[in-house]
Amino acid sequence: MLRFLSLFIATLVFTFHVQANPLGLGRTALPVELAAWNTDVRPDGMGLPEGSGNAADGEVIFAEKCAACHGDFAEGVDRWPALAGGQGSLQDARPLKTLGSYWPYLSTSWDYIYRTMPFDAPASLGADETYAIVAYLLFANDLIDDASFVLNRENLADIVLPNTEFFRDDDRATTEYPVLTDACMDNCKPSVTITKRATGVGVTPDQADN
Amino acid sequence: MSESDKTLSARRAFLQGSLAAVGGVAAGKAIAGGEGTPDPAITEIQPWRSTLGPGVDEVAYGQPSPFEAHVKRRNVPWLTAETKSSINFTPLHQLDGIITPNGLCFERHHSGVAEIDPSLHRLMVHGLVERELVFTLDDLMRFPRENHVYFMECTANSGMEWRGPQLNGVQYTHGMIHNVMYTGIPLRLILAEAGIKPDGKWLLAEGGDAAAMTRSIPMEKALDDCLVAFAQNGEALRPENGYPLRLVLPGWEGNMWLKWLRRLEVGDQPWHHREETSKYTDLMADGTARRFTWVMDAKSVITNPSPQAPITHGPGAMVLTGLAWSGHGTIPRVDVTLDGGKNWHLARIDGPSLNKSLHRFYFDFVWDGGEMLLQSRAHDSTGYVQPTKAALREFRGENSVYHNNGIQTWHVNQSGEVENVEIS
Repeated sequence: MLRFLSLFIATLVFTFHVQANPLGLGRTALPVELAAWNTDVRPDGMGLPEGSGNAADGEVIFAEKCAACHGDFAEGVDRWPALAGGQGSLQDARPLKTLGSYWPYLSTSWDYIYRTMPFDAPASLGADETYAIVAYLLFANDLIDDASFVLNRENLADIVLPNTEFFRDDDRATTEYPVLTDACMDNCKPSVTITKRATGVGVTPDQADN
Repeated sequence: MSESDKTLSARRAFLQGSLAAVGGVAAGKAIAGGEGTPDPAITEIQPWRSTLGPGVDEVAYGQPSPFEAHVKRRNVPWLTAETKSSINFTPLHQLDGIITPNGLCFERHHSGVAEIDPSLHRLMVHGLVERELVFTLDDLMRFPRENHVYFMECTANSGMEWRGPQLNGVQYTHGMIHNVMYTGIPLRLILAEAGIKPDGKWLLAEGGDAAAMTRSIPMEKALDDCLVAFAQNGEALRPENGYPLRLVLPGWEGNMWLKWLRRLEVGDQPWHHREETSKYTDLMADGTARRFTWVMDAKSVITNPSPQAPITHGPGAMVLTGLAWSGHGTIPRVDVTLDGGKNWHLARIDGPSLNKSLHRFYFDFVWDGGEMLLQSRAHDSTGYVQPTKAALREFRGENSVYHNNGIQTWHVNQSGEVENVEIS
């Protein structure tokens, strides 16, 4: 019996590894199910639905559904993120990273807003509303100056954001790893002084019950 | 009650009178020649010795001792606008070994914790595949499984420290990390079930929470060592860690380990979604930015002593301990210094040395009571050595936010108090 069992198991393993047959698990996704969940968008426009909106309409929607956190002009409120401004600030001590100053692709904002925003009512915006809000963000960032400009499925992927070309793939393996090998063990430096302290910065939470 | 206990009990009134007078100050001290005040912890009968405790089933799911109530995750309220889109921190200074208890694994949510009914959870695989499929959790439990211990570090761990020391506590400077044993299904087996088409080079993973978080994952990684996990430390994932399903991407930045995983889409190029453009890209001093910086480089930190865990015993024998890890492999060596990097010593690594897992190190020494500047320095299995923060700033400036794996310095004063500092 044992011999039969091990032969049986060996056959299973052989079948699995060599023939790579699927296990026959799961079921076929229905078109309506795919449509319900596959709502993501890429920079080339793949995934954008039919629809359109202009910045003037977007300003009204933004004021109603977005401005409580992001400000009327997308300048940000409290610690909620600014979505406009910051152009030319990326080398500053306090850079402001927004759609106009930093983000590489316009599709990203369409995708994120449509699938995730508003924060307290996610995925509640229609396609026309989303096109309008994204058009308003272009307007708020001075990337278009005509509030009647209509953003739609056909022209969104053609709009190039200012900072697109300033992204590059991870280069640590060539720039950093070959250099970061210092492992001095003895008499590595003649003196040491404290240059900065956390005490006085005053941002550590109360730790009374540590 | 035994005979000796009865004797102690009979003498209790007398002892209570005399002990109250000395306040127990001398009690318990090492005393030569057997003289001194007896320790009431020994001579008095404690309640747990004289009364029966709770029976089985009093607490059906066991909890830590009430005396450990201070061991908990903590938030830094000023960091974020509100707790539903926020992060808290693992109390590294209150843990030992390498495994993080499930209830202490740090949390990072973008739209709160999804509380998912597993009977209504599905995993969809679609896009550039031969068969677009839907799996229930029952379906997934029929795939072969694996068990692996991996660290998971938020890319922004230590991110508040780029410009200098800010937060006075290892929980806050380094606590966006946890290390658990995952049980899960190799992602490549699920993808093979759908059959990847030849031009399927990227994978979009999406969570089922209110944020519907997404990340693009290169197919080489997806087919390498990734898991679709359903358990951590032997039990179902906690809701805050992705129940009922999460992605595990060993060694890679935590943001990519999609929680509440519901969808995998195969494509021929990356999606450049919010979490890989607006966030989780590394701004350099010259205004350019690195993207797709997926691997977490080698890092270590001394967890004790540290600002939240000062030395309270005075000079003499003591234990220094900490954690080290690398997204590139194992940690064969950790060095520690007591004098701010003038001289270094080999630390003792104890416990399992697992690929892309936390490693526990110790340095046992006799403290002379003088000031110390403590640092640890990890070496990983590729030969990479954890850099100083100054060395990292030379490459990246101070605006990177992410991937700060620089050496941490703790200043210890003569009272044993510890402060987060930077040194020359």
